[in-house]
Amino acid sequence: MGYQNIFTQVQVRAAADMGVPLPRGDWARDGKPAPSYLMGKFGEAQIGPFYLGRLGLASLLLGFLAFEIIGLNMWASVGWDPVQFVRQLPWLALEPPAPKYGLQILPPLAEGGWWLIAGASLTASIMLWWARTFIRAKRLGLGTHTAWAFGSAIFLYLSLGFIRPVLMGSWSEAVPFGIFPHLDWTAAFSIRYGNLFYNPFHCLSIVFLYGSTLLFAMHGATILAVGRYGGERELEQITDRGTAAERAGLFWRWTMGFNASYESVHRWAWWFAVLTTLAGGIGILLTGTVVDNWFLWAQQHGYAPTYPSTGVVDPATIPGVLK
Amino acid sequence: MALLSFERKYRVRGGTLVGGDLFDFWVGPFYVGFFGVTTAFFSILGTALIFYGAAIGGTWNPWLINIAPPDLKYGLALAPLAAGGIWQIVTICATGAFVSWALREVEICRKLGMGYHVPFAFSVAIFAYVSLEVIRPLLLGAWGHGFPYGIFGHLDWVSNTGYQYLHFHYNPAHMLAVTFFFTTTLALGLHGSLILSAANPGEGKTMKAPEHEDTFFRDLIGYSVGTLGIHRLGLFLALSAGFWSAVCIIISGPFWSRGWPEWWTWWLDLPIWRQ
Repeated sequence: MGYQNIFTQVQVRAAADMGVPLPRGDWARDGKPAPSYLMGKFGEAQIGPFYLGRLGLASLLLGFLAFEIIGLNMWASVGWDPVQFVRQLPWLALEPPAPKYGLQILPPLAEGGWWLIAGASLTASIMLWWARTFIRAKRLGLGTHTAWAFGSAIFLYLSLGFIRPVLMGSWSEAVPFGIFPHLDWTAAFSIRYGNLFYNPFHCLSIVFLYGSTLLFAMHGATILAVGRYGGERELEQITDRGTAAERAGLFWRWTMGFNASYESVHRWAWWFAVLTTLAGGIGILLTGTVVDNWFLWAQQHGYAPTYPSTGVVDPATIPGVLK
Repeated sequence: MALLSFERKYRVRGGTLVGGDLFDFWVGPFYVGFFGVTTAFFSILGTALIFYGAAIGGTWNPWLINIAPPDLKYGLALAPLAAGGIWQIVTICATGAFVSWALREVEICRKLGMGYHVPFAFSVAIFAYVSLEVIRPLLLGAWGHGFPYGIFGHLDWVSNTGYQYLHFHYNPAHMLAVTFFFTTTLALGLHGSLILSAANPGEGKTMKAPEHEDTFFRDLIGYSVGTLGIHRLGLFLALSAGFWSAVCIIISGPFWSRGWPEWWTWWLDLPIWRQ
């Protein structure tokens, strides 16, 4: 099994790598790096150091604030009973305001006000973390690819919790905080808008989600399979092609007639991951704003099957009933 | 001949599992081998049957072509061709083609002196497919429990099967599978970004090496899993997504036939807080 490269066989212990020097004006890195034998079996043994910085500090504080608001509201919802809090935790929620409050900036705290404050804190925390991702890359002289990929995920988050509710004119359209409650929201959302599987952007998002998983299985497996030739040193193989890159490329060429290069496979990876949340966000923004029933929309556009009539009329399809 | 500049020295004889030197050759860029022949046989027959099913199915709209499994009344028996028999032979062909493809990958790995990670990973995907189309129908006693071959037809099957268990998101194995799919995509986005950002730092800047990769991730989250570790992590996450997907559908029906939200009552009824 050693040849299959599942775990690291020999771990080297040396002085900790403190990282490439930071430019002037940055904070110092925190934490004394410590090796972990178990982590070293799977990846790098070294844990730490960590760069906090102003953005990181503010982001973590706001994230903690959102986490506390959500948790305390859930605890309050079971009458501050600690046992029931743990027992019912997966079912507990911090729900957005009721429809009657529309887009009101601050409804009563117990009726969605806390949801807005928690959401605003979490959003601010995420935005600061985005800026941190961008600036840390710049400070080390790297490209900003990570920040832009993260931006695509933030677009989906904002579509669900902010942009679509604003377009619909009500915070009540947004997703609640909670484990089972957010799953209930997802199921109800799909049924309300006539089955999200018929939303073409949902289709695309799923294709990219499964495609990302397929790509990482292919890529991870290929690199491990050429590990005995030093194939995991990707940046070196990009600039100075060795036998690892040649074998990895030929494997796919002989298998499916086509291969990516050591660099281009990461472009495929980046785009598949980015398009998952980008297509997902577009699908969310179109639902209820532009299209009210995806199944009927699909029938109109010739891609949904027409089933034999059951004789039951969906009241939502009768013009004028809802107005 | 579609030969890369460095390709000739790798095109050596040997490494086959079956057939010796008989099929040990290439067609264009493709390696053939014994399992290339069986792949071609199964995939051509299966595809032709799908076209035949479409021809007698009433529509050539690619979104709506649907090759359905037999009615439940046929149980585990063979059904007439036009009443699910096509689906049964297509399923045999698909399984045969997938397994042939995996074994052909094994032969290519042996030829190139590589580990067997790719065919192993592919076999997890094959396991998920076989779970849906063979194992679960066998456990439930009818081929009619398989999903149909059609773009929107199979989505309808997913919808309907999910609602049979009231709310499929409460299936704990489905939760794990979805979490692994999302986490794999996150990790893929991070890995792709990291390599591209080190290889393309911007106009006029020097390309970076792995010490910059490690430093960026340690600065950001306090840990860098490293160049080898990220590929182990990615493979583990991706295979877990496929494995738990298979589990989540096998347990639905054969081992749990009520609504999935109800399953969670064991948690509420734990002796430590049972009321």
